Amino acid sequence: MVQINVKVNGRAVSRQVEDRTLLVEFVRETLGLTGTHVGCDTGQCGACVIHLNGRAIKSCTMMAAQASGAEITTIEGLAKGDQLHPMQAAFHRHHALQCGFCTPGMIMTAVDLLNRIPHPDEATIRANLDGNLCRCTGYHNIVKAIAAVAQGGGASA
Amino acid sequence: MAHDGIGARVPRKEDRRFITGQGNYTDDIPVKNVTHAEFVRSPHAHARIVRIDTSAALAAPGVIGVLTGTELAEDKVGGLICGWMIHSKDGSPMKAAPYAPLTPDVARFVGNAVAVVVAETKNQARDAAELIEVEYEELPAVVDPAKAQAQGAPQIHAEAPGNTIYQWSLGDKDAVDRAFAGAAHRVDLDLINNRLVPNAIEPRSATAVYDRAEGRFTLYTTSQNPHVTRLVLSAFIGLAPEHKLRVVAPDVGGGFGSKIFIYPEETVCLWAARRLGVPVKWTADRRESFLTDAHGRDHVTHAEMAFDGNQKIVGLRVKTIANLGAYMSTFSSSVPTYLYATLLSGQYDIPAIYAEVDAVYTNTAPVDAYRGAGRPEATYVLERLMDVAASRLGVGPAELRQKNFIRSFPHQTPVIMTYDTGDYEASLDAALKAARYSEFPARRSEASAGGKLRGIGLSCYIEACGIAPSQAVGSLGAGVGLWESAEVRVNPVGTIEVLTGCHSHGQGHETTFAQLVAERFGVPIDQVSIVHGDTDKVQFGMGTYGSRSGAVGMSAINKALERVEAKAKRIAAHLMEAAESDVELANGEFVVVGTDKKIAFANVALAAYTAHNLPAGTEPGLKEGAFYDPQNFTFPAGTYVCEVEVDPKTGEVTIIQFTAADDFGTVINPMIVEGQVHGGLAQGIGQALLEGCRYDTDSGQLMTATFMDYAMPRARDLVSFSVSTTVTPCKTNPLGVKGCGEAGAIGSPAAVINAITNALGIERLDMPATAQRVWQATRAH
Repeated sequence: MVQINVKVNGRAVSRQVEDRTLLVEFVRETLGLTGTHVGCDTGQCGACVIHLNGRAIKSCTMMAAQASGAEITTIEGLAKGDQLHPMQAAFHRHHALQCGFCTPGMIMTAVDLLNRIPHPDEATIRANLDGNLCRCTGYHNIVKAIAAVAQGGGASA
Repeated sequence: MAHDGIGARVPRKEDRRFITGQGNYTDDIPVKNVTHAEFVRSPHAHARIVRIDTSAALAAPGVIGVLTGTELAEDKVGGLICGWMIHSKDGSPMKAAPYAPLTPDVARFVGNAVAVVVAETKNQARDAAELIEVEYEELPAVVDPAKAQAQGAPQIHAEAPGNTIYQWSLGDKDAVDRAFAGAAHRVDLDLINNRLVPNAIEPRSATAVYDRAEGRFTLYTTSQNPHVTRLVLSAFIGLAPEHKLRVVAPDVGGGFGSKIFIYPEETVCLWAARRLGVPVKWTADRRESFLTDAHGRDHVTHAEMAFDGNQKIVGLRVKTIANLGAYMSTFSSSVPTYLYATLLSGQYDIPAIYAEVDAVYTNTAPVDAYRGAGRPEATYVLERLMDVAASRLGVGPAELRQKNFIRSFPHQTPVIMTYDTGDYEASLDAALKAARYSEFPARRSEASAGGKLRGIGLSCYIEACGIAPSQAVGSLGAGVGLWESAEVRVNPVGTIEVLTGCHSHGQGHETTFAQLVAERFGVPIDQVSIVHGDTDKVQFGMGTYGSRSGAVGMSAINKALERVEAKAKRIAAHLMEAAESDVELANGEFVVVGTDKKIAFANVALAAYTAHNLPAGTEPGLKEGAFYDPQNFTFPAGTYVCEVEVDPKTGEVTIIQFTAADDFGTVINPMIVEGQVHGGLAQGIGQALLEGCRYDTDSGQLMTATFMDYAMPRARDLVSFSVSTTVTPCKTNPLGVKGCGEAGAIGSPAAVINAITNALGIERLDMPATAQRVWQATRAH
């Protein structure tokens, strides 16, 4: 067993977990934050993207133990109370989600993208979504939502 | 129109839980003392099981039980079924072989489940599964449908000699033979419709709970049709009577057909929960999704079309071999027959059509309905043939299509269907205009100057949706009726709950169905709740697939709303002391026409429940149900135009623009409809350019079993689409809706391939048109 101390969505948590626990398992199963999803086992789909120390990472490709000491933001921690993050609001406004399964990872990736590149063109947005699969939307409205946030002045978390 | 009624671009009500991480998917549901199942699967495509040694696994930490086909037989658990009977040309019934949830004797595809371990934790179950020793005697395998019927091919089931499930035909062979004999021109083409893996991003999952005291089961599962799941588990597999089995399909992360079916894993979880006395959970990892979700397409086809001297089609002859995999999945038999050959008339007036379909077993995962199901295959055959014909006849592809369009309705095709309405010229015109088709030669020249090959391709598709009239499908072999049910419960305060047998797994029913209520009753959509996906709440329903929820599901809701309105009007008239015939419902109020007398809908609801002052003989309450059985299929149709650029140095294909003009009849929510088209297009373009499920021909190993090997369309593979609609309201349902869920996937593959073959000046190119394949085509040319 290994001791994990992290700050998740602003709250300090400490838990003992099996050594082989993946970060995504820690988030979903140990902490019960099921907004972060698992869509593959090869680090390809991006449904598990969360923020670790302010950067988007795939939580299925990291051991929970590696994250100890870090600050984590999951989809559940993105809104400020009832106030949606601009990216969440844009996904809603532009119908950038259908089944909703890829959505948390997609939003976390999109927020990170605009943190790094505040004014991307369409090709840049598309290139930066390379690590996130969506089977429902054809990406059309996801790209539109991200572009809208960029035009509205960025999306700092 | 109410501001959030029919036709309004209302943002979705269901979004908030998904964008804030509060969705409730099957794997998210906490169940007390839940245990975990891990399946042991055959690593061989075809092998006899000699011996299974479970002793080490049973002794492993945390293990509660290990079950195999032996225990399954001991408990008399029934096999999985295929619910659509197809008869061969000679009148014999299809050769459906047994499909045990855990195969007891022979493994018939890589991934075929042979045992299950149930343990306290997921890791313990995985560790123990590694300890199970299965001794196999390998057998030769066949994976290619074109080789399955060959002399000497490995035999997969004793019930199906030559691996042939059925040899079916539709249409008038003699009429087609005569048409070909007298034709001025004949065009033929060999086509492969590539095998696809659905890949909903949420993997399949099930949690089964058994309450021994009550003898009641609950199954949480990733299903598009929980009631059908319950029916099959009860009536055929025999695990529980329907009244003791609750099936809940909560938020479901995409389906595309793959979550219609009743699979081994979900069945085994339910059985294991009873046998072992613990709640049992299983969630597929992606490798298991690739190995065991029902795949799609996989047709090998030879097609011929005959024309008269005026470029009018006089006959169509199609021979298809359809791969159904190692076992017959729930609706697999219907896909290459009644969902395929019945659409071979397309948008065209074709006097004679004859189609023959052989369905075969192979040592691959079962194949069943995947977005479009049969209709993409039909469209691909026709629309590829039309382009080849246009080129051989020396006529423009748009012109050849125009010359053959059906122009008067209703139109009876030679392959069962009666089209109620349509305007194919209108959608063609809209698409050509939006794609600036007439200016294409200039763009081609410009690209050519830069060393690139430009091509443009059309596809004019039709599909049969609104599945389906029960009597009609029954006469064609369906084991179920395909009506839909609804119940409308008006609460005393005027808020409304609508219970539907449809299931939303991305389609946005919580919004669109509420829009219908808003339209009729003037009640804001936030005062309407849509309830679905729970067999304890909704009495019965057939689920969501085949673009049926609007045409069939909403028609059922509409019928129930009419009944509610009739009763409410009777009460309103009584309260206002007016004749019922003088009362109308408008903007949420009942008014006495020609007076200022009115009463709000909510006040009528309250009166219905207080029951202090109701018309004589009127029961209290305001709740009505309805079953709606469609009179006909609906026939969405449209034109897609794809423009591509090919780099002849590398074979790389870039989509420059993709234009869609669809006729879905009445549109409830244009934003949601556009979203459905976008998603369908991505899947169709994915099929055309990227996706191809491959089994190794010798070993039968699945070569594309991860997202690293199977190319899913990513954002940078696609462009922003140009989509629009033309409208001819459907004439056979009250709302005029036709359905929009599958069109994109149906119409687009042919448009893409037609664009590439146009760029290269060739006739045949198989999907997926990868850079390698296109590069080879440019060299061969």
